[in-house]
Amino acid sequence: MRTIEQTTQEVLALASKHFQVPANSLTPEDDFFKKLGINSLQALELLSRLENHFGIELPDYEVQGVSDFRTLASRIQSRL
Amino acid sequence: MLDLSKYLSIGAALKDALDQFADEVCLIESDREREKERITYREFKQRARPLSKALQDAGFKAGDRAAIIMTNQSKWLISAYAILYCGGVLVPLDYKLTPDEQWQLLKHSSTSVLITEYPIWRQLALASGRSAATNLKTVLVTEAPPNDVLDGARRWEEFRGTGKPSFLPRERRDTATIVYSSGTGGRPKGCMMTHENYLEQCIALTSLYPFAPGYRYLSILPTNHAIDFMVGFFGPFICGATVVHLRTLRPEYVREAFPKYKITYVSLVPLVLKNLQKGLQARFDALPSGKRKVFNALVAINKALTKSQPRLGISRRLLKQVHDAFGGELRAIIVGGAFTEPQTLQFFYDLGIPVANGYGLTEAGTAITVNDLKPFRADTVGKPLPGMEVHIVNPDAEGIGEVSVRSKTVMSGCLNDPELTAETIVDGWLMTGDLGRFDSTGHLHLFGREKNMIVTEEGKNVYPEDVETVFESLPVKEFSVFAANYIWPQRTMVGEELVLVIHLEAGQILTDNLRRDISARNSRLLNYKRIHGVVLWDEDFPRTASLKIKRNALAERLAQLDRAKAILPL
Repeated sequence: MRTIEQTTQEVLALASKHFQVPANSLTPEDDFFKKLGINSLQALELLSRLENHFGIELPDYEVQGVSDFRTLASRIQSRL
Repeated sequence: MLDLSKYLSIGAALKDALDQFADEVCLIESDREREKERITYREFKQRARPLSKALQDAGFKAGDRAAIIMTNQSKWLISAYAILYCGGVLVPLDYKLTPDEQWQLLKHSSTSVLITEYPIWRQLALASGRSAATNLKTVLVTEAPPNDVLDGARRWEEFRGTGKPSFLPRERRDTATIVYSSGTGGRPKGCMMTHENYLEQCIALTSLYPFAPGYRYLSILPTNHAIDFMVGFFGPFICGATVVHLRTLRPEYVREAFPKYKITYVSLVPLVLKNLQKGLQARFDALPSGKRKVFNALVAINKALTKSQPRLGISRRLLKQVHDAFGGELRAIIVGGAFTEPQTLQFFYDLGIPVANGYGLTEAGTAITVNDLKPFRADTVGKPLPGMEVHIVNPDAEGIGEVSVRSKTVMSGCLNDPELTAETIVDGWLMTGDLGRFDSTGHLHLFGREKNMIVTEEGKNVYPEDVETVFESLPVKEFSVFAANYIWPQRTMVGEELVLVIHLEAGQILTDNLRRDISARNSRLLNYKRIHGVVLWDEDFPRTASLKIKRNALAERLAQLDRAKAILPL
């Protein structure tokens, strides 16, 4: 079982890779809309990638209003 | 043309439709690759009746208000019908608002019943704004886990009355819905839409884009949005068509839904349409050279053959693979909520997929103009719908002026705000605040706005007053939020952004700490509401006797600044 720290780091790594942003420029507190320069549709794409990576289903309502990596990671963690 | 003349209310029209099309499928609900349910009009009626009865047993009367805060799903429409059957006024709220914003609107609308989903209720129940909505008596929550006590709410599935509910008739002029077009952070603008507004809009829209049994509408835009309420509920139901709901709106599941359910119509916001275009273009670009040449030739033939009007049959044969990806039955993509760039519209039309672009406002009962496809004109927002009088007020030398509208689809007014109503509807004409001009063929072109607001590509209207509260107590002398194009008018409907204008204290400078403070507050706003930059101003803001900022006067002064230099990115 992953720890929340591991999950958070994997979320950051995947976001960095998918949107080609240097990994060391992202922190858990970052607002991913702003830091990745993405819109709501691209955020949904990121969620699909994360679901595949973690092997979970993340209902849309779980991530409604979430905009920082740490909260996103905690929502994922609760479903692992 | 649809004849709804015998109906006085949308409830009455829906009631007849449920009987007339009893054996047709009205709803399909899918979650990812799983189809959750498929129900007929008869089953829909059977599910709504116990809810209507229970509402009536609980004291819900004609004219009482009931809000729905839900994602697009069957229980949204069942609940809406049950409320309308009881003669209630429906208050559809955006499920994407924050809980405190939702409570604020529940309070403003004096709603006595709230119907919502469990995950939304979980957040609403904890929000501090809850105590404000004192009129709220009944909260119904769908799909709640069995052991949850629900914090004062009741289970939607168990809220069932026995016996026949009474259908409570309404008059055409009565309010059917209260739709909030703005005001979550400041002055709520609750548009009171009458039964007549919807009945007339339905006739007008279906005259150009008809529904019929067997037609399938993919409902992606939130149903609280005026467009989806009309073309994702009322319109298709009146005509016996089917509405398809997806519980997961990831792009891959939306793409799969087209061929899986043989979709006839879908409504999209420009952002999603552009994304679709991008995906298709990437696939076309990846074709081997020979195939791409053939493909381009077929597109050219299609363009030539559809120049004067769409020819769906021919286009589907010529560009079979493209149309098959959309299910092969798609008649049109309806795009709304914001301005769509002509190049995107033309891209789809050239593939033989008509895009019903138009122009509308919640206050006008959805659409004012729509592209009638005779011929397709990507460079305009179409012609006025039947029954719409559209006038350009005080046109300049180029014929550009404020667009005003008069029709039976225009709202009756703004809830609890006669002053705002008087500003919005002048001598029976709805003043849109948008700038436009008609061309010689009667098509409307838009050229920016006169009003201080923006519309995002996601179709979200954002008013500066609604985002200012997050900057309260910012350590500066004074501040105000503006639409940049309101200060520096641009003849465009795209790329709009908000800016925070700040007047620093004497001797104060914009430090990194202050920037961080502004950024942190900005992050608390939903992503589409955020400001894009800061403008520094070194004079006192002009104010009224009651110390309200005179926004017009301030904007005029700010306009002296060079926009490119004045906006400091965050």
